[in-house]
Amino acid sequence: MASSGRTVGGAASLLRARSKLLARLGSERNWADFLFRRVTWLCALLVVTTLGSIALTMAIASLPAFRELGAGFVFGTVWDPARRIFGALPFVYGTVVSSLLALLLSVPVSLGIAIYLSELAPDWLRNVLGFLVELLAAVPSVVYGLWGIFVLSPWLRDSIQPLLSDWFGFLPAFSGPAHGFGMLAGGVVLAIMITPTIASVGREVLRAVPLSLREAALALGATRWESVRIAVLPLARSGLIGATLLGLGRALGETMAITLVIGNRAEISASLFAPGYTMASVLANEFSEATGELHLAALAEIGLLLFVVTVLLNLLARVLVFRVAAGSARGRP
Amino acid sequence: MRLERYAWRRLVDRAVRAGCVLSMGLALLPLCSVLYYVFSRGVGGLDLAFFSELPKPVGEPGGGMAPAITGTLKLVGLSCLFAIPPGVLAGVYLSERGETRFGRVARFAADVLSGVPSITVGLFVYAVVVTTMKHFSAFAGGIALAVLMLPTIARSTEELLKLVPEALREAALGLGVPHWRATIRVVLRTAAPGIAVGVMLAVARAAGETAPLLFTAFNNRFAAESLFEPTASLPVSIYTYALSPYEDWHRQAWSAALVLLLVVLLLNVSARLLVRHRVGGR
Amino acid sequence: MNAEDARALPKLQTLGLCAFFGESQVLGGIDLEIAEHRVTAVIGPSGCGKSTFVRCLNRMHEVVPHARVSGQVLLESQDIYARDVDPVRVRRRVGMVFQKANPFPTLSIRDNVFAGLRLNGIQIDDPDTLLEQSLRRVALWDEVKDHLGRAGTSLSGGQQQRLCIARSLALEPEVLLMDEPCSALDPIATARVEELIHELRQSYTIVIVTHNMQQAARVADFTAFFYLGKLVEYGRTDVIFTRPKERRTEDYITGRFG
Ligand SMILES: Nc1ncnc2c1ncn2[C@@H]1O[C@H](COP(=O)(O)OP(=O)(O)OP(=O)(O)O)[C@@H](O)[C@H]1O
Ligand SMILES: [Mg+2]
Repeated sequence: MASSGRTVGGAASLLRARSKLLARLGSERNWADFLFRRVTWLCALLVVTTLGSIALTMAIASLPAFRELGAGFVFGTVWDPARRIFGALPFVYGTVVSSLLALLLSVPVSLGIAIYLSELAPDWLRNVLGFLVELLAAVPSVVYGLWGIFVLSPWLRDSIQPLLSDWFGFLPAFSGPAHGFGMLAGGVVLAIMITPTIASVGREVLRAVPLSLREAALALGATRWESVRIAVLPLARSGLIGATLLGLGRALGETMAITLVIGNRAEISASLFAPGYTMASVLANEFSEATGELHLAALAEIGLLLFVVTVLLNLLARVLVFRVAAGSARGRP
Repeated sequence: MRLERYAWRRLVDRAVRAGCVLSMGLALLPLCSVLYYVFSRGVGGLDLAFFSELPKPVGEPGGGMAPAITGTLKLVGLSCLFAIPPGVLAGVYLSERGETRFGRVARFAADVLSGVPSITVGLFVYAVVVTTMKHFSAFAGGIALAVLMLPTIARSTEELLKLVPEALREAALGLGVPHWRATIRVVLRTAAPGIAVGVMLAVARAAGETAPLLFTAFNNRFAAESLFEPTASLPVSIYTYALSPYEDWHRQAWSAALVLLLVVLLLNVSARLLVRHRVGGR
Repeated sequence: MNAEDARALPKLQTLGLCAFFGESQVLGGIDLEIAEHRVTAVIGPSGCGKSTFVRCLNRMHEVVPHARVSGQVLLESQDIYARDVDPVRVRRRVGMVFQKANPFPTLSIRDNVFAGLRLNGIQIDDPDTLLEQSLRRVALWDEVKDHLGRAGTSLSGGQQQRLCIARSLALEPEVLLMDEPCSALDPIATARVEELIHELRQSYTIVIVTHNMQQAARVADFTAFFYLGKLVEYGRTDVIFTRPKERRTEDYITGRFG
């Protein structure tokens, strides 16, 4: 015990003495670790059970509608709760058409942004623009709705719709009176809202393609765009489709903004100028004042349908996006 | 011939670049428009009354949004309480045991849950909480927002914990520190700034959500006295005011939108700065 | 095995110790006695299981997912793998220094020294004295005493490694496991750590993994040679280095190895 280390004195040797006393290697503290592991496990379980109970709750709530209305529910074109007629087709139609319109408007722009941000933009701009795109996603849905009512719809009514009907008025899609509100406004708002989703996921997908492929193309004398087209896009294609599907999932489930601008009339009309109704909107509008059990159950079934479709879309999208990311991880040295 | 071909290729390259820049501009146009209108139409209504008074009865001009502001604070506070601890701990589970079968199931469930439409979450909480408690409440609204935040927080926490070097955890364990304490005081502490960013983004998203509150927190013209009464919130107030036919309510809706937007932007910008600071600090 | 002194008072003893990563076995039946207050070196070619072996001695092996151990490790004749044993307790008594220095990046130099105590919830009565003593013991005090508040990671590699040793020593373990503590250090820093090991030998039992034959010869009382997950030869260092019994040991030591 002559070393410098041993002369540490007071605290330390006491400590050693204490641990000698407890030299039995017993399991006094094991329970804390056990408890901690259990608690984290429970929290993970909470995520699983939440998802499970959403599915279960929606299924149970819509059971009466299944029983009474059967499969015809989805194809009925009339929705009149007062007369107990429940046909969901106008909502399905409105959801599908507004979402597809949104995709049509948004995909080219979003891909342009994704390509610009991942391939073309100078470094100093990249971060700023990326942040602005994120901000576009951060604006609350109801604020877009407010803006949609008071800014977008009047503008569409006064500037865009007259132009469209002048040029393309012979098409049913662009005929009829222009109110501003309606399917077109809904589609445009949705397009704005899903653009940041598609653009930022798309940008990540493009970034996952190894740099060496681009460089190989550039070294062969390709222009910047050619290198993207030859080397990047083919590998990224399924991931970009996945990004689009994620955007579509968001569009289908979006509620507030579109409820405020689509006009909320349960009709199927070929004209994009006419008002429509979506599944999410009818839930927002009618659920808290639903009359009678069947009405509630019918609404719940619409909710269930929405849930199932968005979940499936999300799954498919994630598989596609993941495949690109994993593929590039393998391709990397 | 060859040169011509090259000129053509260069032209295409330029055109594509121009198209991309144009897309960028097209996307930023609505952002600028939204920001411009919300600021210009909302700023006039931001007086003391807006923050301190109750709304006037339907149709009467004047009044403020005090209940909606406090309501949103309550709802966000409750949802943080309900979502942050289990979200972070679930993230811990996913990062430590994520490769077990149950870990995979849980990660998958989190991904699916984050894609569930917010209105569906509202229906779910209505069916489970509101019908059992027999009335709308801030409590139910907080749960609905928490369900939306939970998967986001869990996944972002997982990703950040995976970035913490294994050596640090082993250093702590090698010192005879119990697993739980090493996780909380070393691993979580190290990843804390990043986790905070994830949480802030989740909160920012939840604060602006309207759909899940429609059938859970509902609305209230007066200040709710407890967490178990119907409670007003900024997003729901914006929604109802925007649909009303009264000019003065529209004005207030814009002001409320401005307040909401400022909060959300503030959270986003500070999250961003936190990330930058951390990256720069390395 | 002719480790006479080891017989006298084995601090640690392994009996048929096997270690696995999932299905693959990386240690096959190691029997070894480690003498108290002596330095034991573990040598062998890369990948032969040296790190795995020392990590089994304080139950760090099981921290890796799917890693598993069979056999016994006796710490003062108690099996640390017995069912009611808390690995945390074991690690308190058997400290570890890792190949790559790993100070806590968010903590200052001072707090890194105290980290083990704080994280274990132990009150520090006289922090300043403890700090100075701990840092002096690893010959780091004079180099860092003017900026104890700086981040632990702001030090050089050698200083960081000594800080990590100080951090382990502050907990007063009985055994100190060192997994290639000098592999990232320059010769001067290496010499410092070797001196330190020499001093610590008086009060601790030390197991050191090293790739450096000279280092083993300089610091170790006993040397164990591992090859392909097996203990090939074990004995007094001078014997191992001058008159090895096994052909493979001789080949490795003289550098005639593939
Ligand atoms: N996490 C792991 N998963 C699977 N196998 C592993 C893992 N870590 C190590 N191994 C394997 O275990 C064997 C022993 O590894 P170990 O790290 O103990 O070797 P080592 O003697 O310390 O080598 P080195 O001198 O390079 O540090 C190696 O064959 C290695 O491939
Ligand atoms: Mg090793």
